[in-house]
Amino acid sequence: MNPMEEFLFSDRLREVFNKYPPHRSSLIPILQEVQDFLGYISEQAVNQIADYLGVSPSEIYGVASFYTQFKFNPPGKHIIQVCQGTACHVRGSKMLVDVIKEELGIEPGQTTPDGEFTLERVACIGCCALAPAVVIDGKVYAQVTPAKIRELITTKKEVSSEV
Amino acid sequence: MSVASDTMNILYERAEQEWQKIENNEVPVVYIGSATCGRAAGALEVEDVLKRILSANGKGVIFLEVGCMGPCVFEPIVMVQEPKGIPICYAPVKPEEAEQFAKKVLLEGGVWKEKLLGAFSTESYKDIPPITAHPMMSKQVRNILRNCGLIDPENFYHYLARGGYRAFLKALGMGSEAVLEEVKKSGLRGRGGAGFPTWRKWQFCREAPGDVKYLICNADEGDPGAFMNRSVLEGDPHSVLEGMLIAGYAIGARYGYVYCRAEYPLAIKRLEVAIKQMYDNGLLGENILSSGFSFDISIKKGAGAFVCGEETALIGSIEGYRGMPRPRPPFPAISGLWGKPTVIQNVETLANLPLIIGNGADWYLQFGSEKSRGTKTFSLAGKVKRTGLIEVPLGITLREVIFDIGGGVLNDKQAKAVQTGGPSGGCIPLSMFDLPVDYESLTSAGSIMGSGGMVLMDEDTCMVDVAKFFLTFTQAESCGKCTPCRVGTMAMLAILEKICEGRGEMEDLRSLETLAYTVKNGSLCGLGQTAPNPVLTTLKYFREEYEEHIKNKECRAFVCGQLISYHIDPERCVGCTMCAKNCPVNAISGERKHPHQIDQEKCIKCGQCLKVCPPVYSAVYRKSGSRVRYEPIKEKGKK
Repeated sequence: MNPMEEFLFSDRLREVFNKYPPHRSSLIPILQEVQDFLGYISEQAVNQIADYLGVSPSEIYGVASFYTQFKFNPPGKHIIQVCQGTACHVRGSKMLVDVIKEELGIEPGQTTPDGEFTLERVACIGCCALAPAVVIDGKVYAQVTPAKIRELITTKKEVSSEV
Repeated sequence: MSVASDTMNILYERAEQEWQKIENNEVPVVYIGSATCGRAAGALEVEDVLKRILSANGKGVIFLEVGCMGPCVFEPIVMVQEPKGIPICYAPVKPEEAEQFAKKVLLEGGVWKEKLLGAFSTESYKDIPPITAHPMMSKQVRNILRNCGLIDPENFYHYLARGGYRAFLKALGMGSEAVLEEVKKSGLRGRGGAGFPTWRKWQFCREAPGDVKYLICNADEGDPGAFMNRSVLEGDPHSVLEGMLIAGYAIGARYGYVYCRAEYPLAIKRLEVAIKQMYDNGLLGENILSSGFSFDISIKKGAGAFVCGEETALIGSIEGYRGMPRPRPPFPAISGLWGKPTVIQNVETLANLPLIIGNGADWYLQFGSEKSRGTKTFSLAGKVKRTGLIEVPLGITLREVIFDIGGGVLNDKQAKAVQTGGPSGGCIPLSMFDLPVDYESLTSAGSIMGSGGMVLMDEDTCMVDVAKFFLTFTQAESCGKCTPCRVGTMAMLAILEKICEGRGEMEDLRSLETLAYTVKNGSLCGLGQTAPNPVLTTLKYFREEYEEHIKNKECRAFVCGQLISYHIDPERCVGCTMCAKNCPVNAISGERKHPHQIDQEKCIKCGQCLKVCPPVYSAVYRKSGSRVRYEPIKEKGKK
């Protein structure tokens, strides 16, 4: 982070702190808000939250790492989440993961070296009736086939290269 | 009490006016099913197209974004209600068909017969059969889902006009003790899965000493394959919140929390809107409707931990700690959130309360069976033809649910089992499909009712793989606090992996069983105590599949990658290149118009070649052990 980014970051963080009292029960909501604007939980964020709540950084890390929602590395520009629910499993979600792995050359939990895509497995998103489901950048796609997922990835790649 | 009804009467009057715009409409009303599943199928794109065309033609129409109507398989679903008419349900209306739909149905006022699902009534309307006659709907009883798909979930007045908050008013008039008695009489049991009598939990909490008491709505619907709570929260959030008011009043709670999964962003948004409306209209806060009852509700977002569905873990999470369960007793009803008496109820349990109090326990008792009263929502998914959200009286048989409502197995395959209760439940074989769906019967079969997930498995589902799937899930979600669960699930998973990869030995089955009982009996919380259920039920009902994996190195469902191989029959293959084009790893070679081959070294066994090989050739076949499976050749034009 350069000084400007650091300034902006601290500013945003203060905004979040203003919304929650310095109680232990504010920890998870604060982490969620930080991840919302930063995309992940940085070391700097952990330290500042620790100061604000008066608990040790390791304690904060202990909580954050317990929950799968929190990430500790910057995610890619596009986040592809493959649902791992039962209905998606029996309707072929594993195959989708294989296709995406092949297409992007990364394993679930990783980000492509160019920072474009992050591949994640997620817990059931409740779209079971239209399985298998994939979420790309927050939008849910239903009844996804290998052909469709390839097409979606290609479209996202094109969008990125145009910008 | 009179102050309360006076305040509410003003609201009801306004609600009635608002509702008349829909019920006695001057211009057509278009209902768009836009819960998460509808959106995934393109409902919002459909809405955009319809809006564009209608405004270009200067036609005034009221659009309602409603929640899930239930038959998710037919999404996107659009209902059209002509002035002073009855809503007519069309499905699926895909984004690419929206333009045609707008012209045909909305501009010309015609009926699109091919897309007709039925009229939203109990009788025929203009020769259109009622939707209740549709095989998916005829056995359903929509009590909890009464408003889902019919009202705008973000419109407070719609809920009021449909009788909303009248039950809460009634409760205030009855007094908290009478409310508890009524719930006791109704026989309501917790809908989260375990089926603990609701009234008893309340009584413990009422009797527990403490200045402040809490009520928590457990909306951490973590079971993979279940989406009932999401649908209710998205389609009718006020019904759950009214239930919270009633429960909060009955137990004497001061604060309420809704603990909702972060994976359900739309449900959270709908709850936020609804809670604000309650505050704005005096239904939350200090001294509600001058009754002396004060209650606040706030939302806590989960952060992705399945174990937080367990009540003590959920409490830990709200308090800002790792979501790890603690031993009970003391039960949360005595010592829960911040050490105060706390009642935790599932979304659907709460959604039942306005029905029970509003209509009385006697009315409620007409639904369901002796020990399992009322109706229950289920999410029907997996290899079933008609997937969706359904609501049925308890005591209905699995066969009725799967075959009558669900329409049987997708692609007319053979049904094998139905999985109830998610990772805590088990697989019930086809031979037991006459089992009634109630708490006791499902438990006696080795499964549990659970929160309502029902996933159908067919001949193409490998039961060992299913057991492995659930164990992979519970093992990853085990919080690690107690050893039987932490180490036991890991050891069980290792054995299952070994079997699926063809390295299993017969002795492994015994170890698996021993481990399963150790984990079941020795674990601290419900997660560990029920985690072995998928393994135990498949071992009990599908033991031969385990044995085939071990002895013959074969997987009869052709699922376990290490035990199967894909081949192309040169006699059948005409070299159309479809398989080669679709192979994700380029393992298929061959010249155009010449038989192709699969490189077994490269093949990842994804099955794409099998899927895309045209049925007129069906040249791709599979081998597993001594089993060979060819797909039937279908002549062109014939189905």
